[in-house]
Amino acid sequence: MITIEKLKKSFGSQEVLKGINLEFQRPGITAILGPNGSGKTTLIKSILGMVLPDKGRIRVGGEDVKGGWAYRRQIDYLPQIARFPENLTVQELIRMIRDLRGGRPDAEHLIRRFGLGPFLGKRLGNLSGGTRQKANIVLALMYDSPVLILDEPTSGLDPVAMLRLKELLRQEKEKGKHIIVTTHIMGFVEEMADEVVFLLEGHIHFQGGLQELKEKYGANSLELAIARILQQEELGFKANGHGEKAAALVLKAL
Amino acid sequence: MFKILKYSFYDLTRSRWMYIYGAFYLLLTASLLWLGGGLSKAIISLMNIILVLVPLIATMFGVMYYYNSREFTELLLAQPIRRIHIFFGQYLGVACSLAISLLLGVGLPFVLYGVFNSPEIWNFSVLLLVGLFLSLIFSAIAFFIALRNENRIKGFGLAILVWLFFAVIYDGLFLLALSQFNDYPLESFAIGASLFNPIDLSRILILLKLDISALMGYTGAVIQNFMGTLLGMACSLGVLLLWVVLPAWGIRWVAVRKDF
Repeated sequence: MITIEKLKKSFGSQEVLKGINLEFQRPGITAILGPNGSGKTTLIKSILGMVLPDKGRIRVGGEDVKGGWAYRRQIDYLPQIARFPENLTVQELIRMIRDLRGGRPDAEHLIRRFGLGPFLGKRLGNLSGGTRQKANIVLALMYDSPVLILDEPTSGLDPVAMLRLKELLRQEKEKGKHIIVTTHIMGFVEEMADEVVFLLEGHIHFQGGLQELKEKYGANSLELAIARILQQEELGFKANGHGEKAAALVLKAL
Repeated sequence: MFKILKYSFYDLTRSRWMYIYGAFYLLLTASLLWLGGGLSKAIISLMNIILVLVPLIATMFGVMYYYNSREFTELLLAQPIRRIHIFFGQYLGVACSLAISLLLGVGLPFVLYGVFNSPEIWNFSVLLLVGLFLSLIFSAIAFFIALRNENRIKGFGLAILVWLFFAVIYDGLFLLALSQFNDYPLESFAIGASLFNPIDLSRILILLKLDISALMGYTGAVIQNFMGTLLGMACSLGVLLLWVVLPAWGIRWVAVRKDF
């Protein structure tokens, strides 16, 4: 469904993505993990055509992303920060996206699911952060697109809304959709993800199943596995920086 | 694009500032007409205000609207819509709301005063036309600057600086050049230099229409000779149009290359 080949992107002198190759062929939930600044959001935004790659190629459903726009009909995107025109009401915003995008979205069941009914007539500027996030979810997921991209979907949600979101994602997965999620909440990943992509300094450090990741790093939890990856990387970095010292240490050990 | 324009416009018509802007013109025009004494005097006073205020407000609104709707723009960018349509839609939304505030604020009192039954109707039309052009020009420049600068403060500062340059500094430099090179024939230079400043160009257009170019001495006569004709008028309007097209083209150029 989504193919990424040799994707490179720099912002000024900072190289954020250093040749990413990635494929999302099987339906299911893929979590993109990585420390802050590892390039998660840049990767997602490249798929959406918001960030323009320096090199490489991205295809969604066979269509090249570069210069295209119609391919975005196949993607539902939930952005990280939910800010909308403050003077519009929730209802107007839903109508507006429907008007802009066309098609037949089903917002009703999402409004019911997240209890957004009483807020439909309210201006977005007057809503609390959590309610805005709910409106954000309704807007993003009301289309039945084959790909869902969610950037930190859990931020600001209360536990009930969080449960409903998980339930919803499971249902969408059952329908055979490709769901890509970035999050910092490891519990969410352990519970929901089928596959994990771990980004570190612009490279894919690991791609595979949750169990595989834990086994590879000899950890019984995801958190620990990730801590070990980061630790190893740090050690490697130190060894690179002090090559002679490290060699001396190794010799001594021998 | 028209859908984005529609919603930007709709969003802005709910904004208090648009009403304040319109109400300000309404009050100003009404008091100039009824308390100031007559149509032609009101037109000249309004000209001086419009030439400074319209560019300033268009600049401020353009920059503010772009920065305030930045996150929402990101939501739109993820939709199956062409990039250029999003930005042109938003720009035209801002420009149209400004133009309508001006049109209603200045237009209503004039209509009530009976401008349609007066020979001043053409002068008044030129004044409004120039106001519309300035709204389009300066909101486009503002959008272009905001698009190029991620940093809000820098964007705001630059936009205000551009306004200050065209509204004040340019004239100062222009006068300085005229007085420095007083010994040379400067008429063509004067015409050429005013084409490069949309505010000056607008001022000259109105002054010529008001037939008071004699106040500008010999240069005024030369300008009258050039711009007073139909060709000159068409030429100046063409240049004003170019002043809209250039920053709009700049918006397009930046929009298709920018990372969000």
